[in-house]
Amino acid sequence: MKPSDEQCVEMYRRMWRIRLFEETAFERRAHLAGGPGHSSIGMEASIVGSCLALRQDDYMVGTHRSHGHPIGKGARVDRLFAELMGKVTGVNQGKGGSMHMSDFSVGSVGETSIVGSGLPVATGAALGAKLQRSDRVALCFFGDGAAAQGTFHESLNLAAIWHLPVVYVCENNQYAENTPFTAMCAVPNVADRAAAYGMPGLVVDGQDAIKVFDVVSDAVERARASNVPSLIETKTYRYNDHSGGPDRRDATYRAPDEVAVWRARDPLTLLAKHLFAEVGLDVSEVEGLQQEEQVRIEAAWQFAIDSPFPPIEAAFDHLFTNPIAAVSSIGEPGR
Amino acid sequence: MTELTFIEAGTKAVHEEMLRDDRVFVLGEDISWNFFGTTAGLVEAFGEERVRDTPIAEAGFVGTAAGAAMVGMRPVVDMMIAPFFYVAMDQVVSIVAKSTYLYGGQAKMPVTFRATMFYGVGVAGQHSDRPISTFMTIPGLKIIAPSCPRDLKGMLKTAIREDDPVICFEDCRAWGIRQDVPDDDELIPLGSADVKRRGSDVTVVGVAGTVNLALEAAERLEGSGISVEVVDLRSVVPLDAETILESVRKTGRLVVADPSHELGSVASEIAAIVVERGFHHLDAPIIRVTTPHVHIPFSPPLEHSLYPSVEKIVAAVRSVLA
Repeated sequence: MKPSDEQCVEMYRRMWRIRLFEETAFERRAHLAGGPGHSSIGMEASIVGSCLALRQDDYMVGTHRSHGHPIGKGARVDRLFAELMGKVTGVNQGKGGSMHMSDFSVGSVGETSIVGSGLPVATGAALGAKLQRSDRVALCFFGDGAAAQGTFHESLNLAAIWHLPVVYVCENNQYAENTPFTAMCAVPNVADRAAAYGMPGLVVDGQDAIKVFDVVSDAVERARASNVPSLIETKTYRYNDHSGGPDRRDATYRAPDEVAVWRARDPLTLLAKHLFAEVGLDVSEVEGLQQEEQVRIEAAWQFAIDSPFPPIEAAFDHLFTNPIAAVSSIGEPGR
Repeated sequence: MTELTFIEAGTKAVHEEMLRDDRVFVLGEDISWNFFGTTAGLVEAFGEERVRDTPIAEAGFVGTAAGAAMVGMRPVVDMMIAPFFYVAMDQVVSIVAKSTYLYGGQAKMPVTFRATMFYGVGVAGQHSDRPISTFMTIPGLKIIAPSCPRDLKGMLKTAIREDDPVICFEDCRAWGIRQDVPDDDELIPLGSADVKRRGSDVTVVGVAGTVNLALEAAERLEGSGISVEVVDLRSVVPLDAETILESVRKTGRLVVADPSHELGSVASEIAAIVVERGFHHLDAPIIRVTTPHVHIPFSPPLEHSLYPSVEKIVAAVRSVLA
């Protein structure tokens, strides 16, 4: 299903929001709480085209490279920045950081930093939705690296035999850390493996938000209406290094002109062209959207900067939903 | 009261909770066939939607249970035997144990695992594990190890109602025990040890099935005029240190029996707690009766030489009294 004009504008907003969020987080990284920062710059169309194909109450599971996914799903960026800083106002109250941001209020039910570990979780969310007779769908993002994990096979097989309302979106950004996808996969596309599970497998241009939305929307509809799972592969690219900013100068795992080739098809530029040509926005209107997002990002950053760290005792919170009595040394601060 | 075996009590607990709460469902390998014996009658009562046979894919179905729990279901995962956990270790540790914490309390993880410690039956090194202490070291998991039908039923029911992950280690050496079990909705709280036999000379804390060995040892020692108090740990996390310390304050002597391997065993933790908090009540060194730090051999005389036994507990009690 093609996106409406309004949906195109909303996609552009969220993609721009992700781009600004990532750039701001990297440029001002001295203020962050440390740890790796896996940037999704370059992958915004894959993220937002998929997320906007969902309802807000649908479930979404992200990865270690998931600053963008909660934003795509509608999470508040102020609380996401605060999480990156380890602040108490963070989406996870400072317990998760960069690789585990979640916002259950918008269906962002976690992102897990052990590559491939989110696939069973999303499968289970879909099983839960089905058992509850809700019409919710679960969407699972994972990378080309995760497609090599056993959990990929186990999850897709379970979803197929149990007819679960789940959409698996493999964001093939061409590299697992420094190792090229082509060296680690015996077939040209991860989506080709869908045949092994008897489910639809589709490859889509991951830089084109309209196409991603179209293909994922159809998959979501198959899941919602008929409990048919799908495997979608978005061919995409991360401009920055595995972690941090641009490749180090001595990086040899990919050629600089390869990055330039992908940058020439930047997802934001492609969507802007659509806004001009098909939606009928003019330059000032598009710049207005960019400006609104810039204002939002600055305010969010300031919110995070102004937020306090959690009190030390908070390290002991949330170990359990139902805290255990201090009958052993467990749960006693300072012991 | 109804007389039930250990296995029957576990199944009855699940059955009752499935009747009570339609969010509860069971998944695991071969469970609709009751292949292993812990799921008798469930599929007949509740159908295949709530009693789900899985492929042999432990990581996949453990993580799937976690995802379903996060969205409001209450899965009971029948792992069959405990070492099958290892295939799913990342899902158990990184997802089940950590999600509530990592997501700042947004995720509830009401998953119950049933895992039988299937040892002493000639299944050799990869099937005979008793990994209670392995999982005890992972924050975010609640762990129970009942020794008798009544406790298994009452604690497993509590576990299924918990909003947190609970692993129930079921000791196959307790399988044959029959006991009258209340027909009502008895819930035994997690974190409460139980004094199974009163005594005054020595405290024996038993973990899982070793409690029954300790009771038999106490019976034998009574003939020699030695009064043994047997404390059933029942709940490993949370661990009821106070009941153990109270007993040791009375007896001054402690033996801990635990089927785990000795190194880093549950017995080791109990010994450490008693030394830290009750040292001045001890009249003799603590003795641990555990399984040595070696793999389980197939050959029956070799295998049976390794586990805690009534004889080993009797000898340990005599030793702390010497």
